[in-house]
Amino acid sequence: MTHFKRSLVIGLWFMFLALPLMVVRVNTLNHEIEWRWANMLWLGFCAFALAWFWRASTERRAARQALGVAAGRPLLAKLSWAQRLSDDPALSRRLLLIVAAAALIFPWVVSTSQNFYHVNIMVSALIFVVLGLGLNITVGLAGLLDLGYIAFFAVGAYTYALLARNFDLGFWTCLPLGGIMAMFFGIVLGFPILRLRGDYLAIVTLGFGSITKIVLENSEELFGGAAGIAGIPRPDLFGLVLDGREKSLYSYYIVLALVALTIFVTNRLKNSRIGWAWMALREDEIACVAMGVDMARTKLSAYALGAFWAGLVGVIFAAHNNFINPDSFTFMDSAMILSMVVLGGMGSILGVIIAALALKLLPEYLRAVAEYRMLVFGAVMVLMMIFRPQGLISNLRRKYERAPADESDGHGK
Amino acid sequence: MSTLVKFATAAALALAATTPALAADTIKIGVAGPHTGDLAPYGLPTKDAAEMLIAEVNAKGGINGKQIELLFVDDQCKPEIATNVATKLVSEGVNVVIGHVCSGATKAAMGIYKGAKVIVISPSATNPPLTKSGDYPNFYRTIASDDDQGKMAATFVIDKLNAKKIAIVHDKGDYGKGFADFSKEAIEKSGKAKVVMYEGIQPGAMDYTAVIQKLRKEGADALIFGGYHPEASKLLALMNKRKINVPFIGPDGIKGDGFLKIAGKDAEGVYATGPMDVSKYPLNVKAHNDYKAKYGKEPGTFFDQGYAATLAALNAIKVAGGTDYDALGKALKSSVIETTVGKIKFDARGDAEGVGFSVYQVRKGAFVEVK
Amino acid sequence: MDSEYFFELLCGGLVKGSIYALIALGYTMVYGIIQLINFAHGEIYMIGAFVAFIVSGVLTLTGYGGPTVLLLAAVIAIIYAAAYGYTLEKIAYRPLRAAPRLSPLISAIGASIFLTNYVQLAQTPDFLPFPELITDFDFMEPFSRYVSSVDLVILVVTTLTMIALTVLIKYTRVGKAMRATQQDAVMARLVGINVDRVISATFIIGSALAAIAGVLIASRTGQINSAIGFMAGIKAFTAAVLGGIGNIPGAVLGGLVLGIAETLGAGYISSAYEDVFAFGLLVLILVLRPAGLLGKAVKQKV
Repeated sequence: MTHFKRSLVIGLWFMFLALPLMVVRVNTLNHEIEWRWANMLWLGFCAFALAWFWRASTERRAARQALGVAAGRPLLAKLSWAQRLSDDPALSRRLLLIVAAAALIFPWVVSTSQNFYHVNIMVSALIFVVLGLGLNITVGLAGLLDLGYIAFFAVGAYTYALLARNFDLGFWTCLPLGGIMAMFFGIVLGFPILRLRGDYLAIVTLGFGSITKIVLENSEELFGGAAGIAGIPRPDLFGLVLDGREKSLYSYYIVLALVALTIFVTNRLKNSRIGWAWMALREDEIACVAMGVDMARTKLSAYALGAFWAGLVGVIFAAHNNFINPDSFTFMDSAMILSMVVLGGMGSILGVIIAALALKLLPEYLRAVAEYRMLVFGAVMVLMMIFRPQGLISNLRRKYERAPADESDGHGK
Repeated sequence: MSTLVKFATAAALALAATTPALAADTIKIGVAGPHTGDLAPYGLPTKDAAEMLIAEVNAKGGINGKQIELLFVDDQCKPEIATNVATKLVSEGVNVVIGHVCSGATKAAMGIYKGAKVIVISPSATNPPLTKSGDYPNFYRTIASDDDQGKMAATFVIDKLNAKKIAIVHDKGDYGKGFADFSKEAIEKSGKAKVVMYEGIQPGAMDYTAVIQKLRKEGADALIFGGYHPEASKLLALMNKRKINVPFIGPDGIKGDGFLKIAGKDAEGVYATGPMDVSKYPLNVKAHNDYKAKYGKEPGTFFDQGYAATLAALNAIKVAGGTDYDALGKALKSSVIETTVGKIKFDARGDAEGVGFSVYQVRKGAFVEVK
Repeated sequence: MDSEYFFELLCGGLVKGSIYALIALGYTMVYGIIQLINFAHGEIYMIGAFVAFIVSGVLTLTGYGGPTVLLLAAVIAIIYAAAYGYTLEKIAYRPLRAAPRLSPLISAIGASIFLTNYVQLAQTPDFLPFPELITDFDFMEPFSRYVSSVDLVILVVTTLTMIALTVLIKYTRVGKAMRATQQDAVMARLVGINVDRVISATFIIGSALAAIAGVLIASRTGQINSAIGFMAGIKAFTAAVLGGIGNIPGAVLGGLVLGIAETLGAGYISSAYEDVFAFGLLVLILVLRPAGLLGKAVKQKV
């Protein structure tokens, strides 16, 4: 019965919390007070029910686990499908082919010469996939918490917009330039601050992100100020004239190619000498330095490489939208990209892709429930961290030890 | 690979063949603006206006014998969302769009509409280059442009308030800074007064004391503010606490109930430029009465302009006898129509002739036109 | 004349800085004990201000007035902010105590988004007029160009609160337990301190301070909405880091330095770059003193 009592207390507590904010609404214009008691009762009831179920389910799980231990079964024998997939090269290659084919024909299936809305949405989402993968290098692999990542995206976008406007440079010339420019910024900004501890690094990068936005807003002559820059040329294709849909398709394939390239490069990086150095640094800085890893260079390379991808995709963003202004580069966007990395599972490429697509596409198609969108989004972030802190797909480390003979279930070679 | 291409082409053809069949029987008009989020109060009145008017027209049998279908899209005033929803409208076969509401979002979306030859009539995008640059031949608006408003404020401050040292503060936004810049230009051109201070403030910051101290130090005898009502009332509250009494004049972004509500007694005596008083026009009276009958309250900001934009669109479709792009453009530029904002006609660049601004002052908690 | 202007700005900066300091204390106390950046702290500040708005609205409309309203509104705001802070820790942070370092941070960002939207949906996204709870004092008239009456109240309340906090931490059982936990949580547990309860107490105290700041600043600017917590939170966090995060006098010093630097920068150079001064100063100080103004550099031992 203590169960019931505790749940009741929780329900009552939430009713108490709800009292001013959810019940009373003061209308200052006509001097009326609105009392919405039903809200409080609903919340109290839901909290009670949730607490009750939660307790019941944890108890059952505990009982089952106790049983399992008694029977001598290992607790973690079950592997998720994603991990099984990554352990079976044949299966994962086949799946990769299917996904690639689907991505290639996707725009032809969903678009017509009039209706290419879905393609445009997909381009926006894929841009964030690249951003997520780029930040994954900095945060996921090297463990450097960057809360101002969107600034590098802005650097790329503005590089293209300004070069195209002032010097008439084309998209393909600017694409690498945008990346290099962002990388350069990453190195210049990163140099003085990389010796800071994790949380200090977080606030300083956040500061850099804000400064970038303010500078863009304030200098009208150079960056177009708050009004932004309009009329940015779309990517050119050997001087061919493209109609609206073809332009979207073209952007789609460019960004898709960039996604593929990013996946390829991060995958190779992950298993390279520098990648191991990053991960080692993330796990234990002191031990890592003692082993002879050059800390400054390793950290700086992670920071700069992450910035490079943001710069590249920034150029595509500017070209795809024709228009940029500082409003697209706020702290909320940085937080969004960081959430993609963490929700997807730090360091896991597949996880980041899934998370980025989900976070960008769901709101786009959930406009009907737009009001509750952000509320749910915040709650999901908290719940994910509590119930699945390793993310959607946890980043399995390559194991080098041989599995003991008596636990022979084939995986983990 | 060749099978893939074949398959893709086949799929595309199949889809292309099925869609146009739906389009023929209705005329589709898009309504775009912020319908959710913190700027929704600026977008929803236009949506209501279009909805009300179209329901009325459809009940009477539509236009040219066709029913009108409205498509509402929400751009939240964000440029990147605006391009997406614009693409959506174009995809759905819309020929005329009422919107967008914010200038930044409008500019972003115009790139899409221009290529697709869609007529855009905005109730509220006041950014001058939209018409004056000549880049957007398909753009029209039923509100006057910001430079007129800035000039108006400057002339008023110089001639009516006899100010010699004028301070200008803006919120760094597209709209606020535009207004501030045009006022500054007009003041400098007049040669009768000096701009002693020109400052941007961070919207949402919790304190503007430094700006206010500077205002006093420079000895300004009038303050022109470019921005929206939250910052305006915050500035006024701090000024009153510090006992600084300098005439305050803002753009139409503060001329509304939102400002009166938040600023309370601090609002008393504040000047604001705003669209000319149109409440006497018979159509306006009718529209407001209809609205009150339906929703039980007074309509919000840009309702009149939204209503007028919808009227202009309907009239053009009627005159052009269809939705052909060139015919619509010609119809908009040639016919004079009676609207909720007076008799208007669009000039060659898309600005409405016959709309303008006047100056208002808050007296006893309400905006009153200053003659 | 110019020195007068400087003094005016200095006073303005002091008021602003003491508000930053009040909010920064919450950040720093939490960080000191569980090494967590409580990103949702700004939202607690916002909730405090909102509850005060609702209570004062109800009281005013039912015919009460004067200092009773101010006192009741403030007390209820503090109670509710503390309750929300306590619940926040229980739900969003406690289950994550053993998790990797980034998890609670993400959870905090999520909680911040959730609370902002919760208030926005339960109340309104519009700006609301905050009633003038602190009336003008006549004796302040001659000084009004330096500090207004509200500013004076802010300075006095902030100072009193900080003295009370210092006493609490130095001399009471809870305070001693907090300091012990801050130094070594494992050891504190071993000597019989209920660490969970100490953490809860920290959140309650920090949230109460944020609520005080919320009520004060809202009655100064005369308006609130559901988004005010974000910027205030970021700035206060900057102040806490500036002073050396985890260090209580450091948070106060950091808040004051930040407030004064911003105001002087805005007054002498340009207010358009106010935030640039704030973050620029932060970067500068961290580069010179990586542990903040008063923070002790932790020697890494191998």
